Amino acid sequence: MAGPSLMDSLFQRSLDDLIKGLRLHQPTSESTFISKSLDEIRREIKSTDPQTKSTALQKLNYLHSLHGLDMSWAAFHAIEVISSQNFQQKKVGYLAASLSFHSSTDVILLLTNQLRKDLSSNNVFEVSLALECLSMICTVDLARDLTPEIFTLLGSTKSFIKKKAIATVLRIFEKYPDAVRVCFKRLIENLESNDVGIVSAVMGVFCELALKEPKSYLPLAPEFYRILVDSRNNWVLIKVLKVFSKLAILEPRLAKRVVEPICEHMRRSGAKSLVFECVRTILSSLSEYESALKLAVEKVREFLVDDDPNLKYLGLQALSVVSLKHLWAVLENKDLVIKSLSDDDPNIKLEALQLVMAMVSEDNVHEICKVLISYALKSEPAFCNEILGSILSTCCRNVYEIIIDFDWYVSLLGEISRIPHCQNGEEIEKQLIDIGMRVKDVRSELVRVGRELLIDPALLGNPVIHRILSAAAWVSGEYVELSKNPFELMEALLQPRTILLPPSIRAIYVQSAFKVLIFCLYSYLFPDEAVASSPSLPVDLDPGVTSSISPKEFSESSDVVVTEPLADREMDEGFNPRDISQSLEDVSVGNGGDTVIAHEQTSCSATLKKDYFTQESIVKLLDLVERTLCPLMGTHEVEIQERVGNIRGLTELIKQELPEFLVHKERNVEGVKVKALEIVKLMHDAFLEELGPVSTSAQERVPIPEGLMLMENLGDLEGICGDIQLPIPSQFCFGMPHSGGRESTSLFNQQTDEESETSYECTSLLAEHRKRHGLYYLPSEKLETISNACPPAKDPQQSDDLNDDGQDLVKLTEQSLVPKKKPNRAKPRPVVVKLDEVDGITIAVSKPESKDYLISGAVREVLLGNEVSSAQHKLPDKSSNKRREKDKLDIDQPSDTKENLANVGKSETSTSKKSKHHIPGKERKHKSSRKNADEREDVQKDKTKSGHHNPRHKARQRADDNVDVIAQTPVIPDFLL
Amino acid sequence: MGIRFILMVNKQGQTRLAQYFEYLTLEERRALEGEIVRKCLARNDQQCSFVEHRNYKIVYRRYASLFFLVGVDNEENELAILEFIHLLVETMDRHFGNVCELDIMFHLEKAHFMLEEMVMNGCIVETSKSNILTPIQLLDKAS
Repeated sequence: MAGPSLMDSLFQRSLDDLIKGLRLHQPTSESTFISKSLDEIRREIKSTDPQTKSTALQKLNYLHSLHGLDMSWAAFHAIEVISSQNFQQKKVGYLAASLSFHSSTDVILLLTNQLRKDLSSNNVFEVSLALECLSMICTVDLARDLTPEIFTLLGSTKSFIKKKAIATVLRIFEKYPDAVRVCFKRLIENLESNDVGIVSAVMGVFCELALKEPKSYLPLAPEFYRILVDSRNNWVLIKVLKVFSKLAILEPRLAKRVVEPICEHMRRSGAKSLVFECVRTILSSLSEYESALKLAVEKVREFLVDDDPNLKYLGLQALSVVSLKHLWAVLENKDLVIKSLSDDDPNIKLEALQLVMAMVSEDNVHEICKVLISYALKSEPAFCNEILGSILSTCCRNVYEIIIDFDWYVSLLGEISRIPHCQNGEEIEKQLIDIGMRVKDVRSELVRVGRELLIDPALLGNPVIHRILSAAAWVSGEYVELSKNPFELMEALLQPRTILLPPSIRAIYVQSAFKVLIFCLYSYLFPDEAVASSPSLPVDLDPGVTSSISPKEFSESSDVVVTEPLADREMDEGFNPRDISQSLEDVSVGNGGDTVIAHEQTSCSATLKKDYFTQESIVKLLDLVERTLCPLMGTHEVEIQERVGNIRGLTELIKQELPEFLVHKERNVEGVKVKALEIVKLMHDAFLEELGPVSTSAQERVPIPEGLMLMENLGDLEGICGDIQLPIPSQFCFGMPHSGGRESTSLFNQQTDEESETSYECTSLLAEHRKRHGLYYLPSEKLETISNACPPAKDPQQSDDLNDDGQDLVKLTEQSLVPKKKPNRAKPRPVVVKLDEVDGITIAVSKPESKDYLISGAVREVLLGNEVSSAQHKLPDKSSNKRREKDKLDIDQPSDTKENLANVGKSETSTSKKSKHHIPGKERKHKSSRKNADEREDVQKDKTKSGHHNPRHKARQRADDNVDVIAQTPVIPDFLL
Repeated sequence: MGIRFILMVNKQGQTRLAQYFEYLTLEERRALEGEIVRKCLARNDQQCSFVEHRNYKIVYRRYASLFFLVGVDNEENELAILEFIHLLVETMDRHFGNVCELDIMFHLEKAHFMLEEMVMNGCIVETSKSNILTPIQLLDKAS
């Protein structure tokens, strides 16, 4: 292919032409135009004429930054253009580099010398271009190689250059922490500059550094303080405030000094940005100073009442900063916060919602939830769900800590379920069941709420609510003895529209129907015992209300669906709930009391026995069950089919034997044995017993070994902690067979035999996990050996062999496991969740520390006056070995200069006026911090040798770091004002 | 790092200037710009100028047909960034005289040049309009 010709350069499209061309084309033809232009650029950029080349690059820059075209292929051409003598062309080249270069651009190394040349140029604009580019694309190598040049520029007399050098330093430090030793002194000097631009730049750098690791910059507090008091530039003041908000937390005496100047700014300044920064600083870091806090809260209120949505938003945000420590600040502005819930802006609404949730306490939870629900009804679906979600999560916090009146809460849950758009079905399901199991007194209300959900056929059509219905069905079945009308419940559970439910939930319906059936039969067949066994109903329900609800709602809702399959005249009465209540009333009236209805509501079981369970009603019930469930025998869903099979077996048996029983009953013959009776009794007892382990009160009574039956928890765990928890369940798993097996062996007989295999598997998995994540296991290795060595509890021979060991080990395991499990047993869910959290925290904490470690270490050295020769310091080298050899010659020279420069920097500072702050620290800290530095270097070397993956080294490094910090803290106060 | 990126986007959602102070791949930029523009352009004048997105706070302001969007990290002062945007617009206004979208389109490099005078490595280094414009004016004279 022929090279670019003269024609190309003569008729080259300029950037303006390109832009005009782009504007002429429609979006459809634009891409073809772009690719055509790109072809041109590819050709032109190879031109030998520098102007043609730079114009091509210019066009490429444009297409890259606005049309997202790849330009990495032109990296070399960019470097060529940068080396041009013409400033305009150079500028184009530098722009290209800063737009497209990054750490893995390979030709970036070719730029080093050009950058060095431009950085030392006499033309300030060339220097500025190079600095700007360097601040964007700096790599480790560039930072290392160009540190001397940057150091020189930091001392420049032209503020135009100086401030840019200062801004670049931040990037250099990030890439090459050793540069701190060289440049830091000069950076500090600039804090005293009279030039606002320079102070602003240098404060920008310190702000960034201090946000990452504030402790190291405490010694600079006097300089910062002076700026805080003297400066009149808002940009600078904002940065200084940010620094103080970090430092004040670390040093209370410093906080005391700065609080007054900050308040002064807050009072005097007309700039909202500055006032807001003061407010934020006081709320986040100085909130223990009461007068300052009051002033800040006043300012927040001004923001909140302002018409500007920006100020409103920021005011709310500021309040949420302080809400944890000083809730009164939020409560004082309650009216405005609640008003913001109906703001136009979703962001403001969300902030307001968070604040409202922060205000919730046991005293006001009713009131707030009422307000929130009314807002939810008015809001669009997304925010409505946001509100409902936060109500649910706030109320269940710490096992329903703030809920006193559970009856209210349960009915609130019922109300929430019916709100259109409600997407929180799963959470509501969880809470309904959880509350049922935990709170005994609320069960009758729970059953009432469940009934209302179940009898409404309209709800079955909404898939979002299905999960809630499943909870309602479960609750109604489990606590059927609290139900006012089991027959009606049965109707609801078996209504035709249940076909809309997914099979798993339908199975729960069928199972609940079974429980209801057993209860009815039992109450009928054993009237006396039924009274004794079923708990009496709490009397606080309003009889009038409940009795009025049932017929009304039913006549509306169930007619639609329920009536169609009721062609059978005979069944009509039994099937339609309305008729049932009708017939009940008849019965009660027949029994001769006008007040009976009221009684029936208040003491349910007594009336149930007398009035409900007549022969007629039971027969109807059986018929109903048979009629509706028989068709389900043919279903493909095993869960449903099996349950239906069970029920059907029972009903047939009863039907056969019922007449016989009735004969006996009429004759008042005692002690007649009927098979069906026994089965019913058995089942009833079984259902009663099953309540034990699931409810809170029952669990509390279980002795410790039995309490270790954490099978449900294991399921939970697997659900909760994604991929890593395979070994975590096993932790529980191996604990169980030991204690269970030895102390109450019979209980676990079957289980342990079956699980001996898996338990071995688990322990080996656990061992592996420990090996990999040794860091996260606080207890000694002992526990591990135990779990490996210990046999499954129910293997007698093996346990004999290891008996002696085993006994001790069991004790040990118990010691180490029991304290962990005690809370676990009482409140299973919260503990499980915590496990997850702890993991998250360790990971989160370890990362940032190691990241900024190098910079802050170097900073401390410089600030505390420690001399470290940079030549002896090993460089954190990420480049390949090959390259390092090549660079070696280069490195030696600069590192010499570095040392010299560092000394120069030092002598300069010692003559400067503020050095008096540093001298005491210098002398006192000299030895120890040097030692620390040496130690740290060792660790670093270790680290690089062994690769970064060994957690032990990490731990050691962190420990060293801590030592370092502790050793230095006593010195820091000396630097203070 | 204070400011992480600066975008200028017109009402149609077309990017008119993009300056990143941290490296993102082209795909990441495209995705980020798309998400942010969709979020911010959907908001009205009565809503506040701050949007949280991923780990950024976006501070934006609309001038006629052009949106100025600045992505900052969480520590940054939102109101100061709003002032910065205003300063940027005023500076451009002074240079171009009644700045409009076309000015920025046809003088993208100058716009970048101005930005570089004002912001380096995510820190605001110059806030005086005349200081910002001096180099550009010199350059214009020279050429």
